[in-house]
Order: sequence, then structure tokens, then C-alpha cells
Amino acid sequence: MSEHLVTEISRSLVPEQFEDRHQQKESSTLGMWTFLATEILFFGVLFASYTIYRHQWPDAFRRGSLDLKWYLGGLNTAVLLLSSFCMAMAVHAAALGNSGKIIRYLALTILIGGLFLAIKGTEYYIEFREHLVPGPNFRIDPPAEEQTGVVVGAFDKFEKWFHSSVLHDEDRYEHERHLPRPGNEELFMLFYFIMTAIHATHMIIGIGVMIVLIVMAKRGAFSAKYHNPVEMFGLYWHFVDIVWVFLFPALYLLRQP
Amino acid sequence: MTAVTYIPDYAPPETYLNASHTIRSWLLTKDHKRIGILYMISITIMFMVAAGAAALIRINLLSPTGLLPQPLDYNKAFTVHGVLMVWWFLVPSVPTVLGNFLIPLMIGARDLAFPRLNLASWYLFVASAILVLGVVLFGGVDTGWTFYSPYSSLFSNTHVTLTIVAIFINGFSSILTGLNFIVTIHKMRAPGMTWFRMPLFCWSMYATSVIFVLATPVLAITLVLLAIERLLRIGIFDAALGGDPVLFQHLFWFYSHPVVYIQILPTFGVASEVVTCFARKRPFGYAAIAFSSLAIALIGFLVWAHHMFDAGISPYSGIVFSFLSFAVAVPTAIKIFSWTFTLHKGSIALETPMLYILGFMGLFTIGGLTGVMLATLGLDMHMHDTYFVVAHFHYVMVGGAVMGYMAGIHFWWPKMTGKMFNEFWGKIAAAITFIGFNLTFFPQYVMGYLGMPRRYYSYPPEFQVYHVLSTAGASILAFGYLLPLVYLLWSLKYGRDAGPNPYRSMSLEWQTESPPPTENFEHTPIISEPPYAYDLQLPMGSSAAMKLVEA
Repeated sequence: MSEHLVTEISRSLVPEQFEDRHQQKESSTLGMWTFLATEILFFGVLFASYTIYRHQWPDAFRRGSLDLKWYLGGLNTAVLLLSSFCMAMAVHAAALGNSGKIIRYLALTILIGGLFLAIKGTEYYIEFREHLVPGPNFRIDPPAEEQTGVVVGAFDKFEKWFHSSVLHDEDRYEHERHLPRPGNEELFMLFYFIMTAIHATHMIIGIGVMIVLIVMAKRGAFSAKYHNPVEMFGLYWHFVDIVWVFLFPALYLLRQP
Repeated sequence: MTAVTYIPDYAPPETYLNASHTIRSWLLTKDHKRIGILYMISITIMFMVAAGAAALIRINLLSPTGLLPQPLDYNKAFTVHGVLMVWWFLVPSVPTVLGNFLIPLMIGARDLAFPRLNLASWYLFVASAILVLGVVLFGGVDTGWTFYSPYSSLFSNTHVTLTIVAIFINGFSSILTGLNFIVTIHKMRAPGMTWFRMPLFCWSMYATSVIFVLATPVLAITLVLLAIERLLRIGIFDAALGGDPVLFQHLFWFYSHPVVYIQILPTFGVASEVVTCFARKRPFGYAAIAFSSLAIALIGFLVWAHHMFDAGISPYSGIVFSFLSFAVAVPTAIKIFSWTFTLHKGSIALETPMLYILGFMGLFTIGGLTGVMLATLGLDMHMHDTYFVVAHFHYVMVGGAVMGYMAGIHFWWPKMTGKMFNEFWGKIAAAITFIGFNLTFFPQYVMGYLGMPRRYYSYPPEFQVYHVLSTAGASILAFGYLLPLVYLLWSLKYGRDAGPNPYRSMSLEWQTESPPPTENFEHTPIISEPPYAYDLQLPMGSSAAMKLVEA
């Protein structure tokens, strides 16, 4: 009799299709991992196509890498890893049932994620001014410095200073900068924009979900016993982070012959 | 005057159908059974539109010069037929209707793991269906269902982008359904329902779901790339920019060959249920049937380039893909042999679902064996893009998948509605479908072998006799499909009550009421026997397969 009562109580705490919280949690975990498997295939096509084309046009793709701001990409890698750390802390706070901390860490994750998107946007702006966006605007000859505007000029000055004072390879830098762009570089830039844009879309969706999670936490939806949504979202956010960890070297760092 | 009130001496049992009656309660339902019914209605509508396009194709080909006003109209007809049949009927057919309805019942669960996600899948499906019907209404699309670049991206002037968006949304509906099934089968089984006590239908749905989840995203992102190429006029697959049109074909078939198994594996599941029930025997080789489903799903991912033997791929990879395509015939043959041995010395009852399945076994075997012919590298060079290929995949898709769907609908109709359909008309419809189907598609084998290419608006007059035979068969086939629509709907009002288990099946889904109550089982069932224990079956009605928990 009492066993039956316990079953009834544990069933009343979960959606009606589940027996208890354990089954609910296992189901959502498996569901999330299955979804991430889908995502791996989704990004996998992009990575596979990129690899095939890179193999086919090694010079054009190397020249394309040279046109990307590796230090902005590197900075963004650090930024994203930091946001993943905050996400991990939010999940930890959720396991302890501390709603205040969940909200604070999620807000911090949103903020740092926003910083990533801002830096990414700056990169897009630079590439736009340098006529690297595929389409009618794309130019085979790199534009002169005075045509690219103040913002891009500031980055150029920084790069020049960095190469002359820190790396001491300004000759090579100047040489590589003015190399003509092979026509197929447009293909590289196309993949760069598609892959980073789809990645950024995942981040924007993630930020939207985090806002919902914050509202839920404010309403007291989570406790030490039930915090599946935070934990599952954590898996998603780390996945988006890992995709970037592969994107960054593939796009920015493979630049030496 | 005193009011006379009629008080029934019993209250009808509450079922998922009469639990509530408002339209709102249907549109916001989270009950897997109701969502299954919603899917059934939606895909039936889509089937009829797609069949209408097929009718246009067959009418056009009555004359060697073509009867439709322009060749472009013909191109649109076969594209709409292919696109709608593949994504809006064949792919969702058995999984979303029967899978949704039956998986929780078969494993003793109250619902799928994520009921709200399940409803969201249906809404995504409906949104994509409305979009693609819009495409059909406002001009259509003419690229063929394969959307080969650069034709689809740089040259076609029809609604390619909108169609792609519709398929993309439809794909997410499939992915979410597959995800739901995988989690449900892993985590929601009733106590004692081990993997090897599951009905074989669940195994085939599991294999199907794996393909849903792993293949569909590949199509989704490939179509995104195609849409970008089309909208920006920048060639990702355009050779002028260094892109590779063959890469598109690789990516497309990486999805679209496994999708063939999405269409046929569920039917295998239906066949396993129907054959065991109407032969009253345990299946011959339960584990062999279960694992061959997984083997087909796995090997099915490794055979895609047999669609591209003449696309300029390396002959060495052609040899490998040809060999792997032969290999997929092995687990498929295991199934056919298993069912045949299950029938051997069984006490076979030739009821309507069984007739459909027997038809399926014959037609699918023909379709499968001609598939092995086409997988032969040298032979395929000769027969590629002829009507031989068209006949082959229609024997597999229509003779296989649609016959299986019809068998499943008839078999579980009493469970879904609580009513029996008219058995006489059911048998007539099964026979008409079988005859009409063969008359439609067997002549296509012959003319394909003689060299009639597919997708041609006009053709040399010596092929006319085959086309006329085929069109005649198609009209008989149409009758075979319309007939069930009439007598099944008729049965809803006039059919006799089915009772919980009219076919005396041993599967768990038959051990509850027909139609089932909203919560499926009064008490969570505890399973203590392997499935299909027909040799242990006691006379009429009782079942040794299931014992109920005493509360």
C-alpha cells in the first residue's frame, strides 16, 4: 500500500508519460544527445565540403586564410571558452538548486556570448570594407588602404605595429598583404561566411533560450531535484563552443604553405 | 407534463476518441494516438495531390507527342509527384501514423517521451505542407525531385527556393519524430519489456529513426547551400567558381539513399506483425529480423553513389559502391526468407491485411532483385535513367512501402477506430491494387529495358503500347486506392464493433481496449513472456503474453 502511494506521489511530480524523475531525466539527456548527433551531421557536411574544396584549391584557400584576422578569431575563441565556463557554473548552481546563481551565471553567459557576436560582427564589417564578401562586391585585387575606412585602418595600423615590433616579420607581412587574390578565394570566403554565420545563428538561438531559462528560474521553476532544462541547454551551449573550436583552426590557422 | 429522461444502463467506456470532442482539443492534443490520426488525415490529403500529379504524367504519355500543353508542364507534373510522394507521403507514412499510434502501445508506455515535441513535429509538417501546396498552386517546380545543381540553382525559373524551404521544415519534422521514437524505445519500455520482447515493428521503427536523425540533417544543410547558391547566384557547386556539381550529388544521395530505407523499413515492421498474426506462429528468427533492420540502416548509409555510376566518379569507388549495394540485399533477403519460413506450416488466414502483405512480399522481391541488377556497375551504365529504374523503385516504393502502409492501416484500423471495415470490400481492394499496380509498372520494366528514357515529354511511337498499358493500369490502381477510402470511412459509422482483439494477436497493443483509453492501459503492464507466443495461445480472447499489475 505504502509502496503504491510512493509511486503515485513520484508520478504526480513529473509529466504524465513518465514514471518518475529519474526516467524523465534519462529521457531528456538521451534526447539532447540525439539532437546533438543531428547537429554533428549538420555541421559535418560543411566541414566535409570545406575539406574537399581545400584539398582541391590549396593555394586559394591559404590566401583566403591570410585575409582573416587571426587575432580576432583567437580572441573570440577565448571569449567563447569563457562563456562555456560560465555555463558550466550555471549548471553547477542548478545542481545545488540556487536560482539566484543560475540567473547570474546565465546572464553572464549571455553577456559574453554577446561579446563574441560583437567581435564576429566587427570582423564581418572589416571583410565587407576589404571587398571580401562573395558576390559582385568581391575584388581580386586587395583595395588600397585609404579606401577601407577608419575602423579597418586602425586594425591595419595595429597589425603593422604587431608585425614590426613583436614578430619582426614586416617584410613578409607586407608581401603577403598585397598578394593578388586567386579567383577561387571567393569559394573560401563563401564557406567562411556560411560556416561562421550558421554558428552565429546557433549562438543567437542559444541566447534566446537562455532568456527563457532566466525567466523560468525567476519564477522558481528549478530546484536541486529538477533542473533538466538548464542542464540540457548546457550540453547545447558546450556543443556550439566545440564547433567553434574546430572552425577556428580550420578557417584561420591553416595559412602556411 | 413530466420530462422523460433516457438513462442508458451503461456508460460507454472512455476512449482517446470520445475523451473530448472540440476541434481545439484535437489541435492542441499531446496524445500520441490523436497525433497519429492527425498525421493520417494530412498525409492522405498530400497523397491525393501527389497522385493527381501522377495522373497528369500518365495522361501525357498516352500519346508519343505528349498531351499536356507544354513539356514544362510535364516536367512540373513529375517533379511535384516525386517531391510530394517522397517527403509528404512515403517518408512520414508508416512512422508518423502507425509509429506514433503504436510504439507506446507496443512497449506499454502511456505516451511518447516528448508529447509536446510530437505535436510540434505535426505542426512543422503542416506548415511545410501548406508551403509546398502553395508552390504547386502558384506555378510549381520543374527540377525533378533531385534538385541537381546547377540546373536547380542557376537555370530553373520555377519556385525552387520555396520548395527547398518546405523540404527543410519537413526535414525538421522528421528529425524530431525520429528523436522522439529513439528516446521512447530506449527509456519508456514497461517493466519486463526487454529489447528482445519488443514487437518487431518497434525494431524497424528504431532503425528508421536512426536514419531520420542521421541522414536528414545532411539533406537540410545541402539544400541550404543550394538555396544560397540560387539566391546569391554564387556557385558553391558551380564549376565556374571551382565548385563541384558532383559534390552536390554525393551530399544529396547521402541522404536520399538512406531515405529509401526510411520508406521501406517501417513496412518490414508491419509485415513482421501481420505475418506472425495471420500465420499464428512465432516469427522464424526474431533476432535475425530485428538485427537485419539495423544492418539495413547501417549499410544503407554506405551505398549512395550507386545513383552516380555515370556521373564521372572514379571506377574504383564505383566498384566499392556496387559491392556494398549487393551487400544490402543480404539482410533484406534474410527478412523475406524469415517471413516465408514463418508462413511455412502456419495456419494462414487470408484476411485483408494478410493479402496486402502477401502482395507486398511478391512485389518487393521483384523490386529488390531488379535493384540488384541496377547495382551492377556495367548493367547500370546501360539502364541508368531509363524506365527500368522507374519501374524498379516503384516496385519498391509503391509495391513495397505503400502496400505495407495499406496493410498496416487495415490491420490496426479496428484498434484505432474500434470498428471493423467490410472484409469483402477489403479483399476486393487488395486484389484490385495488386492487379492495377502490376499493369502500371510491369510494362515500364519492359520499355525501360528496350531503352525508353525517364522524364521525357515525348517518345518514339514504338513505345506507345507500353505507355497505354501503364496508363490503363494506373486508372485501375487509382480505383484500388479510392475504394478503401470509401469503405474505411463507411465503417466509422456503420462498421460493427471490433472488440479489443479481433485478430487475436499476441502483441501488447491488442491487450487493451479498442479504441484505447487516453492513458493506453488501465494499469502499467508487466511483461513476462517473449512476444508472439502463438503456440501458447489459449482459446479466444485470453493472452499469456501479459499479466496486469494488481493495484
